[in-house]
Amino acid sequence: MEAQTNTEKNGTQMSEKNTTTPSSLSDVAAKRAEAKVAGTAPLGTGLEARGVHAWFDKHHALSDVSLDFSAGTVTALIGPSGCGKSTFIRTLNRMHEFIPDTSMAGQVLLDGKDIYEPGIDVTKIRLQIGMVFQKPNPFPSMTIGENVLSGLKLAQLKVSNQEELLEECLVRAGLWNEVKDRLGAHAGGLSGGQQQRLCIARALAVKPKVLLMDEPCSALDPGSTLRIEETISQLSKSMTIVIVTHNMQQAARVSDYTAFFLSDGGPGQMIEVGPTNEIFSRPRDERTENYVTGRFG
Amino acid sequence: MTTTDTKPTRPWAASPRDRALTASSVLLSLAITVGIVLGTPMKGKLAYFFVFLITWLIVDSLYVVRKFGAKGVRDALAAKITLYGAVVVSMAVFSILWATVDEGVAGLNLAFVTENMRNASFFDPIGKGGVLHAIIGTLVLIIISIIIAVPMGILTALYLTEIKGKAAGLIQFLVQAMSGVPSVVAGLFIYAAIILNTPLRASAFLGGLALSILMIPTVTRTAQEVLNLVPRDLREAGLAMGATQWKTVALVVLPAARSGLITATILGVARIAGETAPLLFTVGVFDGYNFNPFVGGTGTLPTVIWAGLGAGTPEAAQRAWSAILILLIVVLIMFVLARTVGSRQFKKK
Amino acid sequence: MSIDAPAKVIPQARKITTKPRVSDQIFRAIVTGFSFSALVILALIAAFLLLKGFSTLRDQGFGFITNFEWNVTLDESGKEIADFGLQAMLVGTMVISLIAVVIAVPLSVLTALFLTFYAPERVKRILVTIVDLMAAFPSILYGLWGLFILMPMAVYWAELLHKWLGWIPLFDVPQPVFTRSPFIAGLVLAVMIIPIITSVSREVFAQTPLDRVQAAYALGATKWGVIKAVVLPFGANGVVGGSMLGLGRAFGETVAVYFVLNIVFRSNFEILFSQGGNVASMIVLKFGEAGETEIGALMASGLVLFLLTLVVNFIANAVVNRTVKSGR
Repeated sequence: MEAQTNTEKNGTQMSEKNTTTPSSLSDVAAKRAEAKVAGTAPLGTGLEARGVHAWFDKHHALSDVSLDFSAGTVTALIGPSGCGKSTFIRTLNRMHEFIPDTSMAGQVLLDGKDIYEPGIDVTKIRLQIGMVFQKPNPFPSMTIGENVLSGLKLAQLKVSNQEELLEECLVRAGLWNEVKDRLGAHAGGLSGGQQQRLCIARALAVKPKVLLMDEPCSALDPGSTLRIEETISQLSKSMTIVIVTHNMQQAARVSDYTAFFLSDGGPGQMIEVGPTNEIFSRPRDERTENYVTGRFG
Repeated sequence: MTTTDTKPTRPWAASPRDRALTASSVLLSLAITVGIVLGTPMKGKLAYFFVFLITWLIVDSLYVVRKFGAKGVRDALAAKITLYGAVVVSMAVFSILWATVDEGVAGLNLAFVTENMRNASFFDPIGKGGVLHAIIGTLVLIIISIIIAVPMGILTALYLTEIKGKAAGLIQFLVQAMSGVPSVVAGLFIYAAIILNTPLRASAFLGGLALSILMIPTVTRTAQEVLNLVPRDLREAGLAMGATQWKTVALVVLPAARSGLITATILGVARIAGETAPLLFTVGVFDGYNFNPFVGGTGTLPTVIWAGLGAGTPEAAQRAWSAILILLIVVLIMFVLARTVGSRQFKKK
Repeated sequence: MSIDAPAKVIPQARKITTKPRVSDQIFRAIVTGFSFSALVILALIAAFLLLKGFSTLRDQGFGFITNFEWNVTLDESGKEIADFGLQAMLVGTMVISLIAVVIAVPLSVLTALFLTFYAPERVKRILVTIVDLMAAFPSILYGLWGLFILMPMAVYWAELLHKWLGWIPLFDVPQPVFTRSPFIAGLVLAVMIIPIITSVSREVFAQTPLDRVQAAYALGATKWGVIKAVVLPFGANGVVGGSMLGLGRAFGETVAVYFVLNIVFRSNFEILFSQGGNVASMIVLKFGEAGETEIGALMASGLVLFLLTLVVNFIANAVVNRTVKSGR
């Protein structure tokens, strides 16, 4: 398929990291846009951030970010280190508030309802907006099977057929064939890439509408990275995905939309957002162009 | 490009409405509690307390289940039950502190802290006789213990942090083992080793020996922690200048850790200041002043309390409470000192 | 012209030896010598107790541990007949220490959880101070408090327990005498060992790996869900180790138990009844009037107690060290 030959083509270009010309990235993105099949499952109206700010104590880390993540799309958040991408993604599932002395402003709407509304049940929000972290973090005291279903246990959700769900999630995460014979083994024995796919399966088990991924491949080898990127493409048919990534080629490979974040010493801001192939070929803002052409960052 | 100043908010913090709901659930539980206790044969403050705890558990769960479901109820229950655990523990401590002050204050008077029991007996009313001899005795014991235990403790800690020889694991293990020695055994040991074998008889010195056995592990452990906090660069700087190891330790490391070592000493003293059992075997009970630590028994606060309780009279009990109030004050002073000196150590870093 | 690459030989690492200066050698000798004092002291303790208690152990044999009688009598010819059996005291020590652990561990774990996950900053600091303060209280203070303050309340609770649950053999009593019972001694011991179990548990809970905690929250877990799924499995070892440290402390407690327990040489499992045993307190009790033979027996008892606490503390420290290091 076209998507796969792009990957091969990209393989040779991946070695020249910082000198990649915009045209090749945009080629990749354009090819992806063509190959993408429209989603079919009902996804709700997606996730929308309106005027989101974030503070760590007195430090203003994120300023006035508004992004609309349409249902069934993959959006990549790119930008240099420290510009607030991870902070922003954590405001989307209310993980930001776990850090002591933090505060925020603005709204995050899931299907039109603000998830920060007072009196809302936060745990239910997090069931609908899942997260995969940079470092794979399966629960070591549980087996592989228990890990996948742990979300159900924590939320006390009753499911009629757990084994079916278990298999389905592991298949979608691309891990089923490798672990189907050892579901009772402890999760610690898996490789890094396998652990990360296990975490993806675990996140899928509670059937989220949105999946947030904070640099999910940065701790993995290229082989696992590609597997996960395939998974992301598959998953985007049935959910909205937001992925933070340092790797522009990855953004070009997997995302429909890309948002560029930058901090000029002050709070991080979202400079520009658009369809991925446009961001890489015809960025509107000069700073975006400087970043994607590798002049900094 | 922010043009307006947006204010930071915390939508996850408890809103006034949340607080009002909690307050109302507490009040409702209080009302129900009073009703239950009055209507049943239960009596006493504790009855109110326990019934309230259970009632609030139930009432608040009913509040929560409506909005958050079974999962939320479990979470709310866990939050409350952990709180209850902490409350029960705090209550025990406050009970002890309150009892000591409440009972002990009544027996405090000038005579109590300026006289000894030479001319008074346990049956005499308060106002006659005092515990000055015991206070002095305790201080003497503390000094002797410091002299013996602190150098040994610090030297042991130095072995573990500076020399780190092959026996370090063994020494570490032994120090831990030593910290588990029961105080009775320490006293029994000194009795068996010295009183039964040598012409030496009960004296403050022997008491100090017994207490040192209990004090050394505490000093070693704290000193070890503190010495490990001294940055390696300091030691390397000393050695790089050509200083020998012992000079580096004596002139660089130890001064750097000075306040921490003082903390270790204070914690050691707090550990042994109130020990009674070892003294019963090594020091005995004594009524008057004795300024010779090597000959003859001496009064100490713990043994005076012990003897007083043994006598069984209300006056003796009163003296016991007052003596322990003094002892508690001594321990509290140690405690506060250890914290202030200790925090200064860490602030400097 | 071809250049033959010379065969690469990797040299062996040179042995670097430093002979320390004389002053340092003296320094090291002194420091090492003094740190072995711990070994020397422990060995001496065992040695002297064994020495003085040997005749008793030899005469009583294994019965020293298993017999119940403890008395010294004179027969017709004026010769001493001695029976020394520690079993009642050993059983009693176990009973009250177990009661203490059963009461203290839940309270300590709850307090540690509260401190680590629920307490606001200021409350946490105050509570930590309170718990540390508890650890500094002299044991005779616990004895006094136990005797005068706790006893009346505990007797009332014992009466209630007997009234409602007296059908369980544990809570039955042959006569309604509830003062100075193993139950009360266990309560006092529980309060004494709470600080150490709480400290160790707190340390372990605070070390729970953050990424697992975040993973659980991201899955929609409540705080309790996170505690149950991540914190407790991780900290279980440490809590067990801390509990054993508390158990070891309870084994050796003397003065606090002395005031609140009626020492009788009989294994008593009816914990509400006024009869119990504790090796350490027994030693103190008998010491005042002991003749030479009995002193020997007390020494032997001290030896048994010493070895017992040594073993328990050894296991406890091994467990705690394993948790703290491995960070499972």
